Amino acid sequence: MTTNKIIPADILLHHEVSQFIFHEAKLQDEHEYDAWEALWADDGVYWIPANGTDIDPEKEMSIIYDNRSRIALRIRQFHTGKRYAQEPKSGVRRVTSNIEVTTLENGEIEARANSIIFEANLRGEFTWACRYIYNLRRKGDGFEMKKKTVLLANNDKALYTLAFLV
Amino acid sequence: MPVENKIDFDTLIKSDQVHGSLYHNEEIYKEELEKIWFKTWVYVGHESEIPKTNDFIMKSIGPQPVIMTRDRKNKIQLLQNRCPHRGNQVCVKQKGNAKLFTCPYHSWTFSNSGDLVGYAFPEGYEGNPNADKKKLGLAKVARVASYRGFIFGSMAEEGPSLEEHLGGAMEMLDRVCLTSPEGEIEVTAGFLKHKTRSNWKFLVENETDGYHPAFVHSSIFSVAESGIGGLYDNKSTALTRDYGNGHTEVDLRPEFRKFDEPMRWFGTTPKKLPDYVKNMNAAYGDTRAREIMIDGTPHAMIYPNLFIAEIQLFVIQPVAVDETVQHVTALQFKGAPVLNRRMRQQTMGSVGPAGFLLADDSEMYERTQRGVKSKQPEWLFLGRGEQREYRDEDGYRVSHATDETPSRGIWRHYRSLMEE
Ligand code: FES
Ligand SMILES: [Fe+2]
Repeated sequence: MTTNKIIPADILLHHEVSQFIFHEAKLQDEHEYDAWEALWADDGVYWIPANGTDIDPEKEMSIIYDNRSRIALRIRQFHTGKRYAQEPKSGVRRVTSNIEVTTLENGEIEARANSIIFEANLRGEFTWACRYIYNLRRKGDGFEMKKKTVLLANNDKALYTLAFLV
Repeated sequence: MPVENKIDFDTLIKSDQVHGSLYHNEEIYKEELEKIWFKTWVYVGHESEIPKTNDFIMKSIGPQPVIMTRDRKNKIQLLQNRCPHRGNQVCVKQKGNAKLFTCPYHSWTFSNSGDLVGYAFPEGYEGNPNADKKKLGLAKVARVASYRGFIFGSMAEEGPSLEEHLGGAMEMLDRVCLTSPEGEIEVTAGFLKHKTRSNWKFLVENETDGYHPAFVHSSIFSVAESGIGGLYDNKSTALTRDYGNGHTEVDLRPEFRKFDEPMRWFGTTPKKLPDYVKNMNAAYGDTRAREIMIDGTPHAMIYPNLFIAEIQLFVIQPVAVDETVQHVTALQFKGAPVLNRRMRQQTMGSVGPAGFLLADDSEMYERTQRGVKSKQPEWLFLGRGEQREYRDEDGYRVSHATDETPSRGIWRHYRSLMEE
């Protein structure tokens, strides 16, 4: 393709990563559980710390600290149809922006982004704000998620139930 | 100012029915603050959260914050976070180590036992007979007492002692500590804070409601192949127990004893925890250690706000008539690092805003809160198992694991507190 010769590699990478992030966001917003689960690497870790951004999840409580098998369990619980905190499912729409992409020395790609998420559920309507840190690996034409960290702006406060995929 | 007794609790609480307004009436909530939260013994924190001299941590009694300190003399103090000058919050840090607290507004400085040690520009107070430093310290929670590291506070100068308040439920705290090879638990893993738009009493009652798990938690029981489901089955041999004074439990020991397998209570086997088993045997002798490891930790609700759910410690905090925060952490047993790690992992999976269990409990709290605002039938029916309830050898009411003996006990105690 001629375009690849014209578009610098870093801009192309930024575009590819952004498209991946937007795709992941859509799967979460639309509760496409299986398609979302398929984005994970076999050693994937899904982490949402509590009480700050620099805690050690091996020592202190996190809101979510799922290894790959626990991610699968989370998805299986949704599929029972009796995960009441998501039955009925929340109406969710998020806007993800401010995407920064770097290639790490081990070849993995780290992307950072901000997201504002609107959630409507039986309790009411709520807004969440967070910083995402993605650690991605190349897989085929796309990427797989090795780690996704979600730094909620209010993670030191008492939070309402957070049962949709964030 | 004495609270005028306008609400007749006798007509709102019957032995097997309670009136829906008890969960959403603002006046009742205000009266509960005075008669329960700012009067009786309330769990505040654990000694291991402030291990060193001059450590402090922010805690609460009901909606009100308190600073829990270990002062210079290693005495535990519970201080109200309100400057005696003009009322500013003296401390806004969650935890730390400090000999002194300086109010940022006009720089009055207090020791970590609450005494006013100095005010800025002292000339303005010199010769003023009312500016007596001894009278202008931080207010203290009137009574502080601890049992096996669990620290409780009561804002009433007088009343039953902590031992009298805990009564038979004290033994449940002993049971928690027994599971540690060193006989002590620690609270060192940090808290998740889960907010729910529901009255605090729905949470208290749910903690020892053995009727709901088979339904509310069937989603996770079925996919996690967890053994917990059977404990709350219709055929379970587990029991509910009412210790009086509002303290209740679901006693799972009959089920665990039936299987007679050490560590089954934690869903594991001695083989997977060789060091823990070795340390337990060394501490208690093989026979006693085996019994302890079969029985496991209790599922205990210490009224009004400390819930020990086998491997977790919850603190229930009302913040408004229809809003409650559950603070939750993994219990940690002194001298059991491998077990502790697994307890943290399981806790993170189960509880908090995204937990496999608690997110669904919380959903039920909120739906019931909205539900009871419907006009009719006005009453909630808590009569399950009343006809098959009996007294155990200690005289406490017990019944089947799914029976509402705990709820009835909780309301009996509540009525006695509110009628005082
Ligand atoms: S309000 Fe604290 S010093 Fe004035
Ligand atoms: Fe529950």
